[in-house]
Amino acid sequence: MMRSAPVQAVWRPGFTRAIVGGALGFAIGGGAMAVLGVLGVGVKPGHILGVGYLGTLFGFLLGIGAFRFWLTWMIGREIDADEEHESHGKAGDWKRYFRFTTDHKVIGVQYLVTAFLLFFTAGMAAMFMRFELAQPGVATDKDLYNIIMSTHGAMMITVALISVIGGLGNYLVPIMVGTRDMAFPKANALSYWLLPIPLLFVAINPLLGGFDSGWTAYPPLSQQANLGQQAYLMAFVTIGASSILSAVNFLVTVFRMRAPGMSLMRMPIFVWALTVTATLVLIATSVVAGAMTMLLFDRLIGTSFFRVKGGGDVILFQHLFWFYSHPAVYIMAVPGLGAILEIVPVFARKPLFAYPLAVFSFIAIGVLSFMVWAHHMFVSGMATFFHIPIMFTTELISVPTGLVFFSAIGTLWMGRIRFKVPMLWVYGFLWAFVIGGITGVFLADVPTDITLSDSYFVVAHFHYTIIGSTIYGLFAGTYFWFPKITGRMYSERLGRLHFWWFTIAFNLTFLPMFWLGIQGMRRRVADYPADLGGVNLFVSIMAVNIALSVAVFAFNMIRSWRGKRVAMADNPWDAQTLEWICTSPPPIENFAHIPTVTSAPYEYGTPPMSAPPVPAGGRPQP
Amino acid sequence: MTSDVTASHGTLGHVEEDPAEARDRMLLGVKLGIVSEVMLFGALFAAYFVVRSESPDWPPGGELERPELLLPGLNTLLLVSSSVTMQLAIWATRASDRARMMRWLYSTIVLGGIFLLIQMYEFATNGFGLADGVFGSTFYTLTGFHGAHVLVGLLLIAIVTNRARRGYVSADRETALESVSYYWHFVDVVWLFLFSTLYVL
Repeated sequence: MMRSAPVQAVWRPGFTRAIVGGALGFAIGGGAMAVLGVLGVGVKPGHILGVGYLGTLFGFLLGIGAFRFWLTWMIGREIDADEEHESHGKAGDWKRYFRFTTDHKVIGVQYLVTAFLLFFTAGMAAMFMRFELAQPGVATDKDLYNIIMSTHGAMMITVALISVIGGLGNYLVPIMVGTRDMAFPKANALSYWLLPIPLLFVAINPLLGGFDSGWTAYPPLSQQANLGQQAYLMAFVTIGASSILSAVNFLVTVFRMRAPGMSLMRMPIFVWALTVTATLVLIATSVVAGAMTMLLFDRLIGTSFFRVKGGGDVILFQHLFWFYSHPAVYIMAVPGLGAILEIVPVFARKPLFAYPLAVFSFIAIGVLSFMVWAHHMFVSGMATFFHIPIMFTTELISVPTGLVFFSAIGTLWMGRIRFKVPMLWVYGFLWAFVIGGITGVFLADVPTDITLSDSYFVVAHFHYTIIGSTIYGLFAGTYFWFPKITGRMYSERLGRLHFWWFTIAFNLTFLPMFWLGIQGMRRRVADYPADLGGVNLFVSIMAVNIALSVAVFAFNMIRSWRGKRVAMADNPWDAQTLEWICTSPPPIENFAHIPTVTSAPYEYGTPPMSAPPVPAGGRPQP
Repeated sequence: MTSDVTASHGTLGHVEEDPAEARDRMLLGVKLGIVSEVMLFGALFAAYFVVRSESPDWPPGGELERPELLLPGLNTLLLVSSSVTMQLAIWATRASDRARMMRWLYSTIVLGGIFLLIQMYEFATNGFGLADGVFGSTFYTLTGFHGAHVLVGLLLIAIVTNRARRGYVSADRETALESVSYYWHFVDVVWLFLFSTLYVL
């Protein structure tokens, strides 16, 4: 019997079935709890939301077809190899981006587009905040401001966590190490499709009453706040599960699937950065997932982990939270640093300066990042004997970070630099991240931190570090690999316009915030002393300029991607890493034959590959 | 090997896919997943030790009774034995002894099942609940998380046992069985820590 097209769409695994499944899941899960409530079991609205959320998540995943191969395997049948192979999708078919497609390049683009959509949404939230802060006094509503501020933070954190590693990393790492896909392609697709439902719940949280705790969700506020808070906590745990799955995938791919000859010290530095990042994700994320789960239990089933009345400890939450969330700063920053270091040699036409030291620095950053978390808590009332050791380790971590800098600057030194758009973003990174790093010293030192804590100085500092590393790295990488991903070239002029407009507006937005913070302007509140009004108006105007410059970026990307394919070399930058030997975009499964690697990745300005490999720095091998 | 590549640090060659490599990848993936699970229990244990160290006596207030050691002690024996039977099943698989493999797999399921039943009985008869302050919170959350892991482990073993029954598990096709055994041993080790801290210490 032939079914009509809409019926077929609901029947087959795919996006339509996923939406139907998600809605059904919510109805079943939430409905069951509601019925229990009617029957007299003590059901709170939070229980309905919680079970409804789980129903939505599983309904959506079942609908998209995430479990279909595993379920077949579980009931003791053989998986249809042809069907499994087909889940790679066909090249050039746009529908595969809305399916459970296992091709890592599709997943990379899914992550990247999701991250940019989220970036634009959270940017709009920032515009609302700057509208409120443009004048002293309260123009809109204090609670609404807190909700929008929290949503902005939660979304931007997600952007920083998934954009470079999920987007560029998924797309590039298998190609860069010379293999056909990630180690576990189905788990890779699952880690992407775990994201839409939690992101949806974060986006609609104002409808559930919103959450006003900021992304840090400290109890006791987060224990008392309404359902929007709970939606955020559940979303946080789900996104954490997705990152852990993805981290396992990255690590197995890098350590088990490199092409012959690709020794660890021949890996592109971007792959090294993502390897360190994935290790941090793997080790740290389940700690915060545990903390968030305890918080949910406190809210929903009456436990007392963070309730003083029952013997619990509020500071305990902050420790568990920052044990993840400080490494998370490096989970956000290191992929960006990796993208920057990847781009510098290509445009300076020199081998990466001190490559082994850069690798060592990433590893050292990773190790040290677990020893510094309590510098977020100098004013929390934690044990004071902890202040000085944490201050010391925090200062120490600036050493490996500085080495990454030297690696970039040493590569530029005496290079034949081509000032293309990706390279401009590298310079923007050098400027912004230095400011972020140096102002960090004042927040690492206990006496100055106690003064500056919770002021706009902190806001300016972390925007300089996270935008400086992640977002500059993301833009640099997106421009650099855009021709690889799309097979088309963007407009150089619009790219330059985007860079200069963004960079000037970004600096004029956040530099004055350091001063505002020193003047005593508090973060996370809708109002401030009236005499700071002039500077805040200026900051608000500049913030709008950031949004406008990002609109130029979006226009450039969409127009160039949709536009006619211009004749373009597969390797427009004359880069040497493995992704550039593929066509642009690379075919399904990347390589007809797995390449054999014979030298280090950045042999620019050294004799051709037939000659014996010359290590970075030009010393002949003994 | 001739190079037909102009823009890379590689030349083209060819490698075949190898089932041993696929197995190697899977087992590494499982081990890494367990690392992340260890950190999850690490967070729970950290919470437990922090709230316990902040309380002058344990259980706080002196009204609640700690559970008896008899049933949990029996449970410890059961779970450790199930780890042993799991490993015996793997050795039987490697020796291509199908009957023994099935026998040990069934024994593992039975032992794990009894563990869960005893655990549920204990939960029902304990004189304190989840909402009784940090003592109840930590006790039930830690043992509950572990119990959920036992349940998942049992389901996985049941799935693999069913596949073994259908003839899909053999000496050269035992990656799934071995992965599940890693998980099962991990669950066992977590219990040893739980038993020695929540019950004994």
